[in-house]
Amino acid sequence: MTATTRAPGSADTAAVRRAISSTPRPPRPGPLSAALAFGWRGMLKVKHVPEQLLDVTVTPVMFLLMFTYLFGGAIAGSTSAYLDYTLPGLLVMSVLFTTVYSGVSLNTDLTKGVVDRFRSLPIWRPAPLLGSLLGDSVRYVVAGTVIIVVGVALGFRPEGGVVGALGALALVVVFSFGLSWVFSVLGLLMRSPNAVMNAGFMAIFPLTFLSNVFVDPATLPGPLEAFVDVNPISVLATASRSLMAGEPDGVAVLVSLAVAAALAAVFLPLTTRLYRSR
Amino acid sequence: MTTQTALAIEASGLGKSFGSTRAVDGVDLAVPAGSIYGVLGPNGAGKTTTIRMLATLIPPDAGSARVLGHDIVSEADAVRELVSLTGQLASVDEDLTGRENLVLLGRLLGYSRAAARERADELLGAFDIAEAAGRLVKHYSGGMRRRLDIAASIVVTPRLMFLDEPTTGLDPRSRNQVWEIVRALVAEGTTILLCTQYLEEADQLADGIAVIDRGRVIAEGTPGHLKASVGTGSLHVRLLDPARRAEAAELLERKVGTVVLEPEPTALSATGADAERAAIAVAELARAGVPLADFSLQQPSLDEVFLALTGHAAEESAGTAARGTSPSTDTLQEHAS
Repeated sequence: MTATTRAPGSADTAAVRRAISSTPRPPRPGPLSAALAFGWRGMLKVKHVPEQLLDVTVTPVMFLLMFTYLFGGAIAGSTSAYLDYTLPGLLVMSVLFTTVYSGVSLNTDLTKGVVDRFRSLPIWRPAPLLGSLLGDSVRYVVAGTVIIVVGVALGFRPEGGVVGALGALALVVVFSFGLSWVFSVLGLLMRSPNAVMNAGFMAIFPLTFLSNVFVDPATLPGPLEAFVDVNPISVLATASRSLMAGEPDGVAVLVSLAVAAALAAVFLPLTTRLYRSR
Repeated sequence: MTTQTALAIEASGLGKSFGSTRAVDGVDLAVPAGSIYGVLGPNGAGKTTTIRMLATLIPPDAGSARVLGHDIVSEADAVRELVSLTGQLASVDEDLTGRENLVLLGRLLGYSRAAARERADELLGAFDIAEAAGRLVKHYSGGMRRRLDIAASIVVTPRLMFLDEPTTGLDPRSRNQVWEIVRALVAEGTTILLCTQYLEEADQLADGIAVIDRGRVIAEGTPGHLKASVGTGSLHVRLLDPARRAEAAELLERKVGTVVLEPEPTALSATGADAERAAIAVAELARAGVPLADFSLQQPSLDEVFLALTGHAAEESAGTAARGTSPSTDTLQEHAS
């Protein structure tokens, strides 16, 4: 009955052939325009998958409300005094949490096969990785801004003013550029995006709590205090606090930048190597 | 030199291990330019690893290969300029729309923003995805996704295209669409290396076929050769009355070949059936007054090819065995009465 009719769903062969034959190859793109194209992709993902942004901003805002109103009075004597102490630290936490997603999205690309397509293109090899930084930085800035805005709404008035707050935000974002390569390596080594997320938060969660983000380390038992004092997240939180207070702690700022540079120096080459060979 | 220009791919002794697994164990290939060359084998035979090496995604640890005259290791960038990948291993970005995917690739290949958009729209129209162009790819149907995948591979028409199981998991309609696109590509001069688990797909599309098993090429030839070496298909018959099966079996044994009684009491099949003998046998059955429920002529499945070529069944990871034989085609599916 159907044996003599033409197969259903045939594509428009003439149009297909026209589309196939009409392609003069354009000149190869430069490194910068390739990286920018990937940057555009990063921005589109922020636009199409806003849930990711929600994830990373809701948790810190929850912590902000919980710690300020539940523990603030007990820890610092009053909620407003505690807000002054903890908000610069929560800025650090909020943005650092976001860095885990660099690894998650890289792993998603890998498991879905998108990486294979990019790697089969004749483009500058690090372009996909550098381009994704652009999308990441948007996420960092949004996550940081949300926490600062909520803080201000709750009554946080930094001595350093707008300049201090922006300085702290900028420092934290730069630090995150360094840290994100750690999670990128994780993203290239692990089997699924979920595994990357779990491992990432398993690392970043305790590190953030074992810092001076929430409490003054002077109140901690000796060995713990010693660890908290050398935890780079403490140093970054101290630097963020000093910038917001309008009395920049030069040493803390420099150490934070140095740690970020060191992380990038180790993990960026590792990321590009793994990206090439996976 | 003359042989080199005529060959799109020449591989000799290509090998690759992962840990203690020898995924590809000395593959030789000679793929003529302008043809479709099928690589047929079960999952885990080494097809995808071979393609990944030829497409410069991973380096071989033994042997060498030239793709369109360029060495895949020392001239990897030159190879990348001329080839593209589609199928299981190269994909599209699910979190972007179809149009955004194509524009992104256009930009990465060097088009200006405007030219990339124009090219994307041309491809979306030709591949019948225009109306879904603004939707996120994760909401696409399987067939649409695969067409977008192929479109993404020909934003700049490649001289050589690697197609890795382009129709696995597609319904017949989508499969036909993909096949038509593949034929159009070859008509325009692209060489295609097609990996597949389906004998029928290789038969329909390929000019030459290499059968690969456990990382080695175990047979090579035209689809005709291959099928001849395997024997023709088998005729499957279902009767209305199980009591007449013995009679039907005796007749089929005489007219067609070895008869196998199926577990179902009304069903039986005869191997070694070509279309002509099958038609005669079915007519004989009808003439003898044996009422038929239905009958079909099926091509040899990949399993049968493997059995014939290697003496062992196609071994693959669990869960894919069923898939390997599913679209064994009904070239002559009819329903009696």
